[in-house]
Amino acid sequence: MTPLNVSAYTATNAAGEGKAALLQALEERRSGLRPFSDPGGLSACAGEIAGLDTPIATDPVNFDCRNHRLAERALDQDGFRGAVTDAIGRYGAGRIAVLAATSTSGIRETEDAYRHRAADGSLPAAFRFDTMHNMQALGAFVRLSLGLRGPCYTLSTACSSSAKAFASGARLIAAGIVDAAVVCGVDTLCRNTLYGFNSLELVSASPCRPCDRDRDGISIGEGAGFALLERGEPASGIRLIGYGESSDAFHMSSPHPEGRGAIGAMKAALKRAELDAPSVDYINLHGTASVVNDKIEDMAVMTVFGGSVPCSSTKGWTGHTLGAAGVTEAVIACLSLENGLIPGCLNTTAVDPAFKSRVVLENERRPVRRVMSNSLGFGGNNCSLIFGCPS
Amino acid sequence: MTIRVEGIGVWGPGMTDWSSCQTVLNGAGLPEEAKCGDPPAATLSPQERRRSIATARLAVEVAGQACAAAGRQDARDYATVFSSSGGDLATLGNICETLARDPRLLSPTRFHNSVHNAPGGYWGIASGCERASTSLSAGPASFAAGLLEAATQCAVEEAPVMLVAYDLPGPAPLADVCGIAIGFAVALALTPAGANDAPALSLHFETTPVAETVMQDAVLEALRLGNPAARCLPLLSALAAGDIRDVVMDGGGDDRLVVTVARPE
Repeated sequence: MTPLNVSAYTATNAAGEGKAALLQALEERRSGLRPFSDPGGLSACAGEIAGLDTPIATDPVNFDCRNHRLAERALDQDGFRGAVTDAIGRYGAGRIAVLAATSTSGIRETEDAYRHRAADGSLPAAFRFDTMHNMQALGAFVRLSLGLRGPCYTLSTACSSSAKAFASGARLIAAGIVDAAVVCGVDTLCRNTLYGFNSLELVSASPCRPCDRDRDGISIGEGAGFALLERGEPASGIRLIGYGESSDAFHMSSPHPEGRGAIGAMKAALKRAELDAPSVDYINLHGTASVVNDKIEDMAVMTVFGGSVPCSSTKGWTGHTLGAAGVTEAVIACLSLENGLIPGCLNTTAVDPAFKSRVVLENERRPVRRVMSNSLGFGGNNCSLIFGCPS
Repeated sequence: MTIRVEGIGVWGPGMTDWSSCQTVLNGAGLPEEAKCGDPPAATLSPQERRRSIATARLAVEVAGQACAAAGRQDARDYATVFSSSGGDLATLGNICETLARDPRLLSPTRFHNSVHNAPGGYWGIASGCERASTSLSAGPASFAAGLLEAATQCAVEEAPVMLVAYDLPGPAPLADVCGIAIGFAVALALTPAGANDAPALSLHFETTPVAETVMQDAVLEALRLGNPAARCLPLLSALAAGDIRDVVMDGGGDDRLVVTVARPE
């Protein structure tokens, strides 16, 4: 593929709000995960974002919900809005797409609405499904908030959602439909995912420990991330250089036992980037800290890369931000490139002895030129991205 | 950007395949009281069918039809794009009911069925297709967005793509707020614009609010407005008639997707 500039990017999650705070948390190995208990009785650790109590400024009557409050807060970081305004100046608002991504959108509002039904069973009058909870509520909100007029839709493929938004954005640019794309992912805590993952016995009581010998499940985190993709001078800045997508075609909530889907996504990304495996300097794993998923991903990485490329999961910092995981970890990949930092798994004390890939537990400082980021989701939906910077 | 339509699948009120849909669109019309039934979705194994949800059966039914109609390709050759405004509202309603009372005992199957890409997952398991699969929503404009995503993928990756659009009404009280009146699903088996005799679609994105193409028949227009997937009806009408014509679809804001349907060469 023709590499695309990632001309602006930002993320907000429990580990940090904006690039500088997130980088500092990575460098200082400070987790955003804290004990969390739901009034319904579930206790876990979660990456909750404090202070999302103020209604949004953009159309608060129709669009206000926790998911959009987080989206708005993330949009205000790192000069992202200014970068989009500049891009509107270059291309026009109709030539910039919005590819949003979320797994549960504003479901929390619907959950609350169900708890406050009238005697006749109807939902509260202030509740708006289309602009608070429909998956496209997020896309429509971002388009409105940024003043964009290009194509806009919301991808929702569970935990791979916002990685796939990069692939869709790259294709809309390649097809000449647009000149740039705002790619984003936002997910917030809700009872559905807390109790749902808990029903699958996938939630850890302690902060998640990706790749650990004693790992016992995920920690859910809130997160939002944004990136601006556009064509550019080939040698400038951080670029999206490859993407690969695949399906397991195996099971709704368990990965293929040989990791076929993950292998397919990683190989497809390498092929699009025209790279051989040893050219990748760091792999940011999906690494949820679930017993089975980490094991299968290790097998898949080993099959594609062998045991020499350093890899780690950063979910010990952020928790699993679900539909926002792809863009959250894409932003971490970009920070890795910009700062020559390979973050070793956080909370992990001993790597599972059965693992064969090169899982790193300590931060390493060294030049990093190409980073792969994996996102592997429910429904057997996989996406790998490769970011690079000129040497 | 030009792609070709090699196969079409349809399920909806009074329509159980592309042939019956063509009859409706070419003048027979639709009785006002026509209902959308639960399709056979024969591609699903009996076990997967039991676990599945209504939207998955709808999606698998039309995808299977379009695949068979396209003839020359295995289901595993198609990347897939699943487009739905609301997803499986019956599952959502059930989960919200469960979470509104104590104890909050969610069923694991119900939870995995709640993801927007559940129908895509069921199709993958049923067809064995390991290619890229995307699920998306653009609210009322979901069909146009799905077509844009699928056509872009088809043209850029130079590979066949199956577009599947579906929506079903929700249970009370979601039914009152989700804007979906009746069930409908459509699938288009798309291939790159090489030399073959399938009808061609040329897509053009327009940023000014030109008039949307509507259905002249009142019952069909009510269906078009009553289900985001049924916004495809003007496009299907053009394909059924075999005319060269432009179909304009609302993109969600002032934007429009203009699709020029060309006669088979």
